[in-house]
Amino acid sequence: MTDLALGLETWYAHLVYVLLVAIGLFVLINDENLVKKVIGLNIFQTGVFLFFITSAYRVDGRAPLVTGSGPFVNPLPHVLILTAIVVGVAVTAVALTLVVRIYGEYGTLRDDVIRKIRDDEAGPAATDREGAS
Amino acid sequence: MIDHLLPLLVAAPLLASALPLFVAVRSRWLARWLTVTALVGQFALAAVLAWVVYATGSVSYVVGSIPAAFGIGLFADRLTATLGLLVASGALAALLTDDGSRSGPEYALWLLFVAGLSGVVVTADVFNLYVFLEISGLAAYAMVASARGVDPALAALKYLLVGTVGATLYLLGVGYAFVATGTLAVADLAPGLAAAGHDSTLVVTAFVLMVLGLSVKLALFPLHAWKPDAYAAARPTVATVLAALGSTVAGYALVRIVYDAFTVAFFEAVPALRILLVVAGATSVVAGGLLALRARDVRRLLAYSSVSQFGLFGLGVALATPLSVTGALVVLIGHAVAKGGLFVAVGSVARRHDATVVEDYAGLGDREPLTAAAVAVLGVSLVGLPPTVGFAGKWYLALGAIEAGSWLVATVVLASTMLSLAYVGRLVERCYRGGADAASPARLSTDGGRVRAIAPVIVVGAAVLIVALGLGSSALAAWFEPVVEGWL
Repeated sequence: MTDLALGLETWYAHLVYVLLVAIGLFVLINDENLVKKVIGLNIFQTGVFLFFITSAYRVDGRAPLVTGSGPFVNPLPHVLILTAIVVGVAVTAVALTLVVRIYGEYGTLRDDVIRKIRDDEAGPAATDREGAS
Repeated sequence: MIDHLLPLLVAAPLLASALPLFVAVRSRWLARWLTVTALVGQFALAAVLAWVVYATGSVSYVVGSIPAAFGIGLFADRLTATLGLLVASGALAALLTDDGSRSGPEYALWLLFVAGLSGVVVTADVFNLYVFLEISGLAAYAMVASARGVDPALAALKYLLVGTVGATLYLLGVGYAFVATGTLAVADLAPGLAAAGHDSTLVVTAFVLMVLGLSVKLALFPLHAWKPDAYAAARPTVATVLAALGSTVAGYALVRIVYDAFTVAFFEAVPALRILLVVAGATSVVAGGLLALRARDVRRLLAYSSVSQFGLFGLGVALATPLSVTGALVVLIGHAVAKGGLFVAVGSVARRHDATVVEDYAGLGDREPLTAAAVAVLGVSLVGLPPTVGFAGKWYLALGAIEAGSWLVATVVLASTMLSLAYVGRLVERCYRGGADAASPARLSTDGGRVRAIAPVIVVGAAVLIVALGLGSSALAAWFEPVVEGWL
């Protein structure tokens, strides 16, 4: 269904996809700010979405309308990603709700500060968590 | 009606999930019973499906009569029916142990979770699998967060971040499989991936990403860190459904993807990935067992034990012999029943005696002989001793490993028995031999009496089921035989 020669036509799109996925995962893992973690997750997901959209491309492709004339781009990945975007929005909404609740409790968005507060509160009982964080 | 059984299995709980939301404004009692009724209906649907599958073989369904290549395909065989029954009965049993003070949205989430899991179970489309995985995932994050305090919010956020990365990695794998084959239907993927060449970079990448994504949901070591936090922070009933059903359904998805889409020919073409999966499984078995040994909180102990058990499941899938795959399926079902029962017991003990760490279980055998005995039986199944279903699972796994000539795996299966004996032993020994220093009288629960009445019944029921499945393990293996034969 996809022409391998497309690899050359769309190499820059693939580059952007790899960059977005890498940047997103890096921010998600590396940043201590919870909101930025959620943003990282969004960037990561957007990269994956871009990969799908790239796969729909074809040279001189047009929008797949019944009245139009081909060649058409593949509409299926677009439809899939519309669904995936909706899923992503729902995930972001739940994540931000949780962040608001955590902020309300600790007054900070920084994961390292929260961890420190919790360790101080827990005191000797902190060993309960077996250091698994 | 019977013709539309498969879509109903998803649509019924999905539509019903809207009801408690509105009804609860007027009456929480009614919302609860609506939810219970919906789950009883779900169980009935799953039971009819099991009967249909038993009588006529596997069933396919195409939504709206659009060909499966473009449309929405659903599929059910004996394994599907078993998982469908497990999801409905597990969610129902866990809800019955609840004290009935839940809000409308919580009941709605419960049904959404069931709808998502049922969707994963019946779908025959790898993209829809992602959507259903996320529906059940989102419901699970919100359910964990619905407990009071800030711990559940932190645990749920961690669960969400890790779980979403896992699901998105799976989606990326779907993308690669789609680029390689141009289809998303599982039935078309098998010939498509073979035509693209099992050892081609595209197909290998698709496999690695899809399996990696599902491993996060399975919580294989070292992708397990979300699990103990989520189980310990969630309300007991939520922990029960998550422990019994969440990862179990992800395991089902894994075995479907591996054997229905990629098929065993993929493992033959790329043996290195098979070895990698064996190593991941073995690491999970050992690491999960060791972490469980160190855990103080019983819920964390059980979560780490799940890491170990899903490692066993992964081993069985990776070995790809009929016996080992049967073993993996038996482990999957047995673990779900045992963990569900144990978490009901843990929840009931936490409410009645305010006990959450292993030391607090001292003297439980005197205070609650029935619950303690059931905990012992369920624990024995995790260890894998006869006559429980856990023994049957490990027995098939070990035989499969020997059949495949993999002595390393056979050793790991045996070592897992030793490790789990050590951590389950800690708990059971406390129950029966720690009575001397447990002078504190049983603290009685302050919430509804319903908990006290029904929880022990369900725990004992789970224990009876574990032994029944163990004694009837050859029947269980025979039930799965057509499915496994179709794969290998």
